[in-house]
Amino acid sequence: METTTINNNFKSEEYFINMGPQHPATHGVLRLLLTIDGEIIKKVEPDLGYIHRSIEKMCERDSYQQIVHLTDRMDYLSSHINNEAVCLAVENALEIEVPERVKVIRTIIGELTRIASHTLWWGVMGMDVGALTTYFLGFRDRELINDIFEETCGARLTMNYNIPGGLMYDIHPNFVKRVKDFIAHFKTKLPEYDRLLTGNVIFQKRMKGVGILTKEDAISFGASGPVGRGSGYSCDVRKHHAYSALDKVNFKEVLRTEGDSLARYEVRVQEMWESMSIIEQLIDNIPEGDYKVATNAVIKLPKGEFYQKVEAARGELGVYIVSTGTKNPYRLKFRSPGFSNLSLLNHIAVGGKIGDLVASMATLDIVVPDIDR
Amino acid sequence: MNISLSITKNIHEWLFSIMPEGVASITEMVLIAVVYLAVFAVAGLYLVLLERKVAAWFQLRIGPNRVGWWGLLQTMADALKLVSKELTGTEKADKFLYNLAPYFVIVSALMALAVFPFTQEFQAFDINIGVLFLMAISSIGVIGILVGGWSSNNKFALIGAMRSGVQTISYELSVGLSLLTMVLITGSLQLSEIVEVQKNGWLIVQGHIPAVIAFMIYMIAGTAETNRAPFDLIEAESELGAGFHTEYSGMKFAYFFLAEFINMFIIAAIATTVFFGGWLEPSWLTSLGIAEAFPAIGVVWFVGKTLVIVFLMMWFRWTFPRLRIDQILTLEWKYLLPLNLLNLVLMALIVWLNLTIQL
Repeated sequence: METTTINNNFKSEEYFINMGPQHPATHGVLRLLLTIDGEIIKKVEPDLGYIHRSIEKMCERDSYQQIVHLTDRMDYLSSHINNEAVCLAVENALEIEVPERVKVIRTIIGELTRIASHTLWWGVMGMDVGALTTYFLGFRDRELINDIFEETCGARLTMNYNIPGGLMYDIHPNFVKRVKDFIAHFKTKLPEYDRLLTGNVIFQKRMKGVGILTKEDAISFGASGPVGRGSGYSCDVRKHHAYSALDKVNFKEVLRTEGDSLARYEVRVQEMWESMSIIEQLIDNIPEGDYKVATNAVIKLPKGEFYQKVEAARGELGVYIVSTGTKNPYRLKFRSPGFSNLSLLNHIAVGGKIGDLVASMATLDIVVPDIDR
Repeated sequence: MNISLSITKNIHEWLFSIMPEGVASITEMVLIAVVYLAVFAVAGLYLVLLERKVAAWFQLRIGPNRVGWWGLLQTMADALKLVSKELTGTEKADKFLYNLAPYFVIVSALMALAVFPFTQEFQAFDINIGVLFLMAISSIGVIGILVGGWSSNNKFALIGAMRSGVQTISYELSVGLSLLTMVLITGSLQLSEIVEVQKNGWLIVQGHIPAVIAFMIYMIAGTAETNRAPFDLIEAESELGAGFHTEYSGMKFAYFFLAEFINMFIIAAIATTVFFGGWLEPSWLTSLGIAEAFPAIGVVWFVGKTLVIVFLMMWFRWTFPRLRIDQILTLEWKYLLPLNLLNLVLMALIVWLNLTIQL
């Protein structure tokens, strides 16, 4: 009897805390409703809607050329890949065969985008676990890619370089040289990432065995990209449904079976090596030819349903178009990787500490405008 | 001979000649306190600038360079801004404790400075339990953090404050024990005496293996005491926003901020005094006789050595990721504390068997 009373007196109480929409760890305007017992996470409920711009509805209003521009604003860190997804969907629907040159350039820039996205992720990942210097190293290398993009198409972030039927402009004469310079530079800098963060004993302790996601759960939550591959789920669209010039190159699909935060981290770092290898295979033999094929000024898709998926930096991006044969889609649905990946946050964070939640969330690499379209 | 010393001596004599004894000593104390306050408030500001410059150097940036030459007036401008800012706070805060908390932190930081021997003569307050005094004073600061976090009526601040309580109480043990290890050699808690003993070689040399272990433990625990990365859980930006000082603004925030840097200076100054010979010059320089000609040069040695250790702590901060709360406690209670106790026994053996290195 005595002990029961004492236990009741010291009963710990769960409390509710509001993480976001303005919070340094939620990378934008994501709101997490946390139920916490001391430091232990009991429940995580992501609350979306703070940056909803109804992009899908706007797509129903716009022509197919205009839709491409909207996709930049979803996952702004892989804007080129988003553009490519819509363009490929439209081209497949129209049964246009784009020139080889376009395919190769799209793939090279797509992989550069992936590296840029991963370097930024690496920088903020380090910040989320408290190592502030990583941010600047990540941005140093990302800047060089952005410079290449700027020279190519005038924009650094929201590129709009793709149009249905090809590219907006041909590549700049300096393009090949600059990309090669970047690859040479980045090959010396990527090991620095490992020396600064990956090998650090504190970092290893923070990441290993934390936020575990099994392969079964990864599949049932619809995880894709590095999150799925960190759990051993082979889900690389580039490998399984190769598009553009990706069927001509050799690259490994990076897989880890541990399923913890460290595995997801390592997958992304390894992917940067693989992306560099893809670029190296393509950069020396960009075929000559036209940079676009002529399309009608008003693109009308045939009646029917069209689906195209690509591997964005965060995972599988799907574009599902329902056309009634007019110049606008009847319905356009984006399957964004971030949304599915965020849905498993509660699953991997419950039972961990607040610090674990932030670290696990960082390895999901969420971009809120991608989740909240 | 010693200009600075003769000035203080002259002031001392002049004060006692024009006033009754009691009034004169009180006036002298107030004067010294004001001078210390002014000097260390400015020193704290320049430590902020140093931190920003060091961080910039690590992070491929330039750092502050707009206000004043090389950004030298930047932190002054920041301080002015913070002083002139309106103080805002939460409506439902516990007003009395909320306003009191910053003073705990800043006063404890400034009080600790009183006992450091900057040179042989330049020491405000030479008590025979100097090390104990430092330990006692530096633990008052955590009360301020706890009270501040609790009274802010903010859950993030509360989590930060709780973390700080847990962390500081744990790591105080390691700081105390590692300093005690060194006290075994000196046989005195008086800081001036501890420096005198090191005329035969700095304590880190005299105590060789256990001293080096004690220094490492001291640096880890000292960094945790000052709540700096990798132990900055109490304000963990990516987890808690700003931790315990989330609701503080203006001058009250500036107190917390300044106290962090003065505390860092104190931790480094203790290390200098106890491990690296305080104001003594390296033994290979004694033959030049600089110290005999200008005893005030000790200040340069003291501050120089302290800044090297401060730089070390900045290096930690801008390199390491942050530990998790349970890892911090595991590190202290399962590794540092047993190691520290073993080290204490080892040091006792070495002192008992006379194995210390005397130069």
